[in-house]
Amino acid sequence: MGREVSESCVEGLMMEVVSAYSSRLYPAKPDLAARRIEAIGFQVGHQLSERYTMERPRFSDHLEAIKFICKDFWSELFKKQIDNLKTNHRGTFVLQDNRFRWLTRISIDPSTESTDESTPDNNAAQATNMHLYFPCGIIRGALTNLGIPCAVSPDISNLPACSFVVRIKA
Amino acid sequence: MAPLAPRSGDAVFASVERVNAELFTLTYGAIVRQLITDLEEVEEVNKQLDQMGYNIGVRLIDEFLAKSNVSRCVDFKETAEVIAKVGFKMFLGVTATVINWDAEGTSCSLVLEDNPLVDFVELPDTCQGLSYCNILSGVIRGALEMVSMKTEITWVRDMLQGDDAYELRVKLLKQVPEEYPYKDDD
Repeated sequence: MGREVSESCVEGLMMEVVSAYSSRLYPAKPDLAARRIEAIGFQVGHQLSERYTMERPRFSDHLEAIKFICKDFWSELFKKQIDNLKTNHRGTFVLQDNRFRWLTRISIDPSTESTDESTPDNNAAQATNMHLYFPCGIIRGALTNLGIPCAVSPDISNLPACSFVVRIKA
Repeated sequence: MAPLAPRSGDAVFASVERVNAELFTLTYGAIVRQLITDLEEVEEVNKQLDQMGYNIGVRLIDEFLAKSNVSRCVDFKETAEVIAKVGFKMFLGVTATVINWDAEGTSCSLVLEDNPLVDFVELPDTCQGLSYCNILSGVIRGALEMVSMKTEITWVRDMLQGDDAYELRVKLLKQVPEEYPYKDDD
């Protein structure tokens, strides 16, 4: 095992980058804030996957690469694997983590994230989504580095389970 | 119940949840890079990093106090030692050295020779004036403010700018008397 830091350091950074972009830098442009946060994740995923695959042979197909993300890559980041992997065999994969670590410890105050006329539930969902652009970016960056361009979106309909939907670009 | 004995930095670090430092270092690097792209001005990036650090420090102090069992420090000298030996260790896994006290005992330097924030980092020439580790000074300032100490923290040495270590100058501006947060009748 290499060097370690406290998990609070990583969580602190993630919460702050979300609040910096969505509250201070682009308060009126949530889409832009989201893109920036995703871009940061992308860069991290790209670099991590480069490091973690240095000593292994190329993946023979998309499924092999996705399995690598679910097992080795996820374990490096979260000390557990993805719990469930589904695919429609036409380029869409759903990676489900039953207890996604980065969501179990954040608490969101809907009142501070309010936008006009939306319900508190909506606001909470929106704020939760803001915290998921970073891990979505990580997955997209990692897969892109493995030669698989894709789009990644979150699905939080079963909290604290969280799914990442990967759509591979043809 | 007798108060719990303060724990050593090593003991606290061993007891907290830890993650591989690569994730932390690369995430921080990616944040700095994105901020440079979006804000363009290096000074603005420094400011934003300091603000992020401050907000993190305001939250981390609770975890620090809860897990370290550190009791009230008798003076600022003890505070600085606790930050260097327990605070840095608990969160970053490294310790700092406290040197260069002034005569009044209100300002000193924290020196870091090993700094996980900068593993794999090299600054291009276009980043002149960037205080890459500015988040650290923000964290300390924010955390100390939560325990009633107003401080001013400046970088004196920075290995990314060619110095031989990282040196933070910490100056105690004033100790604010603690205010009881609620009125009696609330």
